[in-house]
Amino acid sequence: MLCNVCGKNPATVHLTEIIDNQMNELHLCEECARQKSMQMEQQFGLSDLLAGLAEFEKPAVEKEQNLKCANCGLSYNDFKKIGRLGCGDCYTAFKKYLGPLLKKIHGSSLHFGKSPIRGTKSLRRNVDIADLRHRLQKAIEAEEFEEAAKIRDQIKEFEKKQVQDNEAK
Amino acid sequence: MKIDDLLQHPSEWLKGSGPHADIVVSSRIRLARNLDIIPFPHWANKKQGEESLRAIEQAVAKVDMLKNATLFKLADLDSVDKQFLVERHLMSYEHAQKADSKGVLVDQTEVISIMVNEEDHLRMQVMQSGLNLFEAWHVVSRLDDALAKELPFAFLADWGYLTACPTNTGTAMRGSVMLHLPALVMTRQINRVLAAIAKLSFTTRGLYGEGTQATGNFFQISNQVSLGHNEEEIIENINALIRQIIEQEAQARQALLSKGKAILEDRISRSFGILKSAHIISSEETTELLSMLRLGSDLGIIKNIDRSTINELFILTQPAHMQKMEGKRLSTQERDVKRAEIIRVRLKDKMIGG
Repeated sequence: MLCNVCGKNPATVHLTEIIDNQMNELHLCEECARQKSMQMEQQFGLSDLLAGLAEFEKPAVEKEQNLKCANCGLSYNDFKKIGRLGCGDCYTAFKKYLGPLLKKIHGSSLHFGKSPIRGTKSLRRNVDIADLRHRLQKAIEAEEFEEAAKIRDQIKEFEKKQVQDNEAK
Repeated sequence: MKIDDLLQHPSEWLKGSGPHADIVVSSRIRLARNLDIIPFPHWANKKQGEESLRAIEQAVAKVDMLKNATLFKLADLDSVDKQFLVERHLMSYEHAQKADSKGVLVDQTEVISIMVNEEDHLRMQVMQSGLNLFEAWHVVSRLDDALAKELPFAFLADWGYLTACPTNTGTAMRGSVMLHLPALVMTRQINRVLAAIAKLSFTTRGLYGEGTQATGNFFQISNQVSLGHNEEEIIENINALIRQIIEQEAQARQALLSKGKAILEDRISRSFGILKSAHIISSEETTELLSMLRLGSDLGIIKNIDRSTINELFILTQPAHMQKMEGKRLSTQERDVKRAEIIRVRLKDKMIGG
C-alpha cells in the first residue's frame, strides 16, 4: 500500500483519526507520519493546555499583559503563547500570576525538597527567608496549620544552612 | 569513548535483573536544572546557548562521578547516531530534532546520562534495572550535588528549582517506571488500571516517552506533580502505586495460568514460532511477539531463553541499532528483512520447554 499523502513511498504507519465523529483511516509513510504528528502536536500541545490554565490568571489591566522580565525580555503575553518561561528570573517577574498557576498545576505552591549545595560560585540572590516568613504569616491567618508547620520547619532548615555556610566561609 | 563503543555492551537497565524484574523493566529518575541568569534553551540566542553548553562542559569535567563519561555535541552526530541514543533511552526524541548548542553526556555503563540544552539547561537521568527508584535517586542526587558545586542553579526557596515549563517546577524531578503488563492487557483489565492511574495524577506513556503509544504491553508510569512534596515522598508515592499494579499483573498472570493455560501456551508458542521462522518482520510485530516471549520466559513456559536475551533482542532490532551493526543506511523494507535475520540467528538453538 502506498502512502495516502504523498502517494510515493510505501505506507508503514497506520493511523485512525476521529474528526467530528467521523472515523478516518490514514496510511502513511514514515516521512509523512512524522509531519502529521508534528501538526497534531501543534494543534493540541502542552503549551495550549498551559496557556488555557494561564487564561484564568488574566491580568486585569491591559498594561500588565506587557509585563516583561528584565533579565531575558520575555513578556507575560509570550509566556501565555508558548507555555514556557524565558529564564529563572521570569519566576520573580511574574510572581503574582505564577503562584496561582503553580497551585493549579501541582495542588501546592510551596517547595519541599532539596536545595542546591552552593560551591565556590556564589549566587546573586540569597534564599528568600523573608518571603517564607510572609507565607507563614498568611498560612496562620488562614488557619492552615499543617501548611504553617511545614513552612516553619523549612525556615529553620534554611537558617541552619545559612549558619553552616557562614561558618564554612 | 565513541558512540559505536556503546554497541559492545548491553545497557545496564537491560540486564533484566533487580527487584520485581519479571514485571518491572526499568526505573528512572530525571532531574531538571537550569543555570541562573542565562535564558532557557528555547529562549536563548545562539551565543547564550553556546555559553550554557560551555559552562556545563567545563563543570562536568570536574566531577569525579563523571570521569568515565563522554559529552557528545549533537552538531557532531549524524541522524543514525542520534536515533541510536534515543533507542537506548539516553536522550529524548525531541532532543534529537535540533542540534543547536545541544549535547548529551553518557557514562560508560549508561546508568547516567545528561541532556544539555533540551527543554532545560540540564536534564540528568539515572536508570536502573527492575524496581529501583530509590537507588536511582541516590545516584542522581549525588550527581546533582556535585554539579551544584560547579554551577549556579536557578532556585527560589518557596518554589524550588526553576524550570522552563511550570509543570516541572519545584523538585523538578520525574520518576518513571517501565512496566510489562501483558496479562492485564490480555484479560482486558488494563483500561481500568490506566484510568485509576490517571485519577491519581500520574502519567502513562509508551516505550519511548512523551507522545508515544504503548506497544508490546509496555507502559511507562511517572509522577505529574513536582511541587509540594519532597523527592522521597514523591518516590514513595510512585512505589506504592507500582506495587499495586505489580500485584494486579501477578494475579492476572496466575488467573491466565489456572483458567486459560492452553490459550496462553498457544499464544506464546505461536509467537516463538513466528520469531524463529519469519523472514520479514516489522518492528511493531517484533515488539508484540517479544512481549509474549518475555511472558513465556517469566512464567516458565519457555525455559531456556532468559530475560536479558529477550531484552537484547528488543534493542538490537531497533532501526538505528541495525544500521549501526550493518554500517550503512537501510530502507524500511531492508530493515524488516534484516530484523527477521537477527532474531532467527539468536533463537536458532532455542526450543520451547528447553
